[in-house]
Order: sequence, then structure tokens, then C-alpha cells
Amino acid sequence: MDGVHDMGGMHGFGPIPIEPDEPVFHSEWEAKAFAFRMAVAARRKWTLDTSRHANERLLPHDYLSFSYYERWIAGLATLMVENELVSRDELASGQAARHSEKFETVLTAEGARNWLAKGSSTKRDINAPPLFKVGEKVLTNRNCPPGHTRLPRYARGRFGEIVIHHGAYVFPDTVAHFQGENPQHLYAVRFTARELWGDQGNERDSVTLDLWESYFKAL
Amino acid sequence: MTAHNHSHAHNHSDQPHSLLPTDPALRVKAMESLLIEKGLIDPAAVDALIDTYQNKVGPKNGAMVVAKAWSDPEYRKWLLDDATAAIDSLGFAGFQGEHMIAVENTEQVHNVVVCTLCSCYPWSVLGLPPVWYKSDAYRSRVVIEPRDVLQEFGVELPEETEIRVWDSTAEVRYLVVPQRPAGSDGLSVTDLVALITRDAMVGTALVTGP
Repeated sequence: MDGVHDMGGMHGFGPIPIEPDEPVFHSEWEAKAFAFRMAVAARRKWTLDTSRHANERLLPHDYLSFSYYERWIAGLATLMVENELVSRDELASGQAARHSEKFETVLTAEGARNWLAKGSSTKRDINAPPLFKVGEKVLTNRNCPPGHTRLPRYARGRFGEIVIHHGAYVFPDTVAHFQGENPQHLYAVRFTARELWGDQGNERDSVTLDLWESYFKAL
Repeated sequence: MTAHNHSHAHNHSDQPHSLLPTDPALRVKAMESLLIEKGLIDPAAVDALIDTYQNKVGPKNGAMVVAKAWSDPEYRKWLLDDATAAIDSLGFAGFQGEHMIAVENTEQVHNVVVCTLCSCYPWSVLGLPPVWYKSDAYRSRVVIEPRDVLQEFGVELPEETEIRVWDSTAEVRYLVVPQRPAGSDGLSVTDLVALITRDAMVGTALVTGP
């Protein structure tokens, strides 16, 4: 999706907001926005990529005017309504509708600690051998699918070189839309700054991105 | 409900969040009571999630990894070959750190990490990302003008240094192993840990000596 979230290389955002001695959360609501999103995600009604895409689908002016955790809470509202955990009326009233479904709590405190300690891998074993090897030169796709994707605008239609083969990982473009995991080989692909930015790029510098096999083709 | 009127007055959005109050603290409060009433969250789990990143998992983990790599050549080699296993051996595997790559800064190469599309960050070794890492300014600029961005952080690198930016677009997380500072030769792992900052492990700071 060619949205405002895909901001690599854009101009105009000003200086970096560096905050000395920054707390982990700036307020109770930030901490809760973080935790609610995590706790409801633990029901596994959607994946991390579905969740990322909910933020990407915020209206551009909302995305840009919201702070980070405002994006989280807005995205969570979308995810819960679309996956029928809450209704629009319930969100508007702040109260469960009479006779509405009550859910069993799936994430306990202990479950939360175990989940965070153990993690949740999206790496998969697949039979298909990798089509590319380290050192190979590739050309990335020019098109941008309208849904969730992880090939940023600035790296489309560019020549790069494979520097790491990571193994096979769940494919974000389909899993985000409930169309299956379809794991593919994933590679770190390096692009020179000159290739990405023309004369603006320093001749010594590069940007490396993790890209799925269908995001590029051989030269 | 005024929240409904607000959605029409303000942004013409019919997205669900526009049904909630505008003020973020009120937004979260409204959501909280609904989520509890519907059984969608357990307040004790919410507290555990917050407590983990507020008090337990943070940049100290990454600093332990780096200090060990500086002190133990075998560990350094393992970390650079298989960061996931080497980090797991110290007990710092976990959520958003399932698959790790460690990239080492040298006299010739300086590495810096970003997520231009969202906010991917190695939680299990660095905790939750700071505001600057998640900011639109950092996400947009560090890929196109890394030298200017590093200067804003006070990092001055020689013109000859090669800068490698890593854009975390997948579920692989990157940890920068900063250069060990001059004058730190005799220091213990514990003393080294105290020198290693979060920003140095993202690549937006250098580690300075004791």
C-alpha cells in the first residue's frame, strides 16, 4: 500500500525529536494503549502484519497527526470492529451491548510473561530451495500492491545485491489479509546510496532491507 | 454521544476510532472499561505486559551482550555468526527478538538501524523503542541522509567511514555492536555494561571511554 506510513526518503519532517532520559511510557494511557493492543492480539484473531496494516490504513491526516500510541489505539479500534470483538455502537457508547457476547479471557498475567519470554516465530521450514544466493544481483519490483507489503517505495525498481539469506518466513502480503502464511525465502538485500538516491547518496554508503523472494527478480 | 458528532465535525472519517473521544487519555479509558466488561482483557495481564518493559526488559540486556562480545573473542565470533543463539544463551531471547542479526561497527564501517515502515526494534535486547526511533523524522531521513542524522545525534564520523543503514522490513531484528572505546582495556564486564548506551546499540551514538 502506497501510504504515508512508507516514509523512507521523504522530506519535510524536521529535526529528530531526541528526548534525554526518556521514560518507557510518558503517561498511563500510553502504557495501557500498548498493553491493550498486545493483550487483544494474544487472542490470535489477527497476525502482526494484519495489525501493522490497520495502522497503515488510518487516513493519512490522522496517521500524521497522531502520536505513536494514538496510532496503536486507533488501529486497535479498527481491528476489533472488523474482527467482531466489539461493535461500532459499543465503541461509541463505551458499554457492551445488552445480550452481547462475553469473551473468555485468554491471556493471564503468567501467560503474558511466558509469551514475551518465549516470543513467537514467523520462520518456517519449506521444501522449496532458495532461488538466490549471497552475492547475486537482483532487481526489485516496480509495482506496489494495494494491500500490506514490506517493500518500501524508495527501494522499488532498484538494483541490489543479496548479502544474507535468512531462511523462509511467513509472507506479510498474504498473511495480513487472512490469505495464508505462504512462507517464502527472505534475504537481506543491499542497495548503494547512489542507486537509491542518485547524486544525493554518498558513494560509500548503503541501505540494506529484508526482502521476500517475490519482491525481486534475477538480473 | 458527543464522540459520534465529533467524527463528522472533525475529520469526516468513518473509521472506528472516530467513535471514541478525541483526547487520548479518555480514548484509552473508554476502551478499557469496554474491554474489561467484554472479557477481552485481564487487568492483571495488562499490568504484566507493562511491567515487563517498564521494569525488566530493556537496554541493559543488549549491553550485557555487547560487553560479553568485547570481553570474550569466542562469544564475539558466535554473536556475529549466529546472534539468535548467542543472545539466547544469555537468556535474552523473546518477543520481537526471535531472529537476531548482530552487526559490528569498526574503523571502516558504521551500522545504523531503522524501520521506515513502522517501528520494528529488537525488544528482547533493547526494550521498547524511544520516541526518536518511532518518529516520522528519523524514519524518513536516516535512509537518505544518514550522515546528517548522525550529526544531529552528535556522532561525527570520518568521511572515509562507510555507513550501512539497515531498514528492518521483516521479522529479523538488528543489534549494533559498537566499537569498544579506547581506555577501557582493564574494565570488567560489569563496568563495560555501564558505558554501553541504548543509542549506541541502534547506531546513533558511539560508546565513549570511562
